Amino acid sequence: METNEVKTLQVEVNEEGFLVNPDDWTEDIAAQIAKQEEIDELTEQHWKVIRFMRSDFKERGQIPTIRRLKNAGGVSIQDIYKLFPDGPAKKAAKISGLGKPQGCV
Amino acid sequence: MSAKTNGKIKKVSIIISKGSLEGVYPGLIMGNGARMEGIEVNLFFTFFGLETIMKKRMNNIKVATVGNPAMHMPSMLGMLPGMSSFATKMMKKEMDKIDIPPVPEFIEMVHAAGAKLYACRATVDMFHLTMDDFTGEVEDVINVGRFYELAAGGQIIFT
Repeated sequence: METNEVKTLQVEVNEEGFLVNPDDWTEDIAAQIAKQEEIDELTEQHWKVIRFMRSDFKERGQIPTIRRLKNAGGVSIQDIYKLFPDGPAKKAAKISGLGKPQGCV
Repeated sequence: MSAKTNGKIKKVSIIISKGSLEGVYPGLIMGNGARMEGIEVNLFFTFFGLETIMKKRMNNIKVATVGNPAMHMPSMLGMLPGMSSFATKMMKKEMDKIDIPPVPEFIEMVHAAGAKLYACRATVDMFHLTMDDFTGEVEDVINVGRFYELAAGGQIIFT
C-alpha cells in the first residue's frame, strides 16, 4: 500500500502568506511555501537564491532586489524569472521566509 | 486575496517618448515592475525616448535642469555648463542606493526579465536611423498599427 502523508507545518504568516518572523523559517517550511506558490520542487538553483536572500537579509537588514540577486548573488535575471515564475521577487522572498519586498525595482 | 486573480492586469504596453533622465526612468521602472509581477510588457520608444535604446546615447541620458520647476533652481542657473551633468550625477548616486540601475543596465535587465522592446518607425525614419543604431535588446522597429496589435487586450501607458 502506498501512503502519501503530507506533513503540514505550523508557522505564523500574514494575510499574504509571508512569514511573520523570519527566524521561524526552516527548509521544510520553504518547501511547503514553494508548493503553495506552484513550485513543486526546490532545485539546487532555487536553494542558491534562497540562501543568498537569507544571508544578505541577515547582513544588511533589507530584502535583496532582483538587481542585487544578479549583481551580488550571481544569478542571471533569466534564471531568476525561470526559477520563480510570475513574480520572482515576491516569490523568492516568501519562500526564503522574508517579508514582502517594499522597493520598486 | 481575490484581487490577486480577479482584477489582475495581464499586459501593459508602455510608451517612452522623452529623452531626459526623468522622462525615461518612470517607464523603465513601471515596465520592469510589471515583469516582476508577472505581467507581460511591451516597451515602445518614440521620439526622444529613442535615446534610451540608442547605443551611442543610452549612456548619456541627463536630467533636464532648464524649464523644470521641480528642480527648484532658476532656469538661468540650470543653463550653466555642467549643471545638467551635476544634477544627473547626484540623482544617479541616490538611485544606485536604492538599486535603480543606470539606463544601459536597466535596458538589459528589463529585457532579460522578458519585456519586449520596440522602436517607433516614424521616428526612426525621421532621424534616418537603422537597427544598427540600437542596442541588441531591441526587438524590432514597428509602426503605430503594429504597436496597437501588440498592445491589444492590455493597458497602454504613455510617458
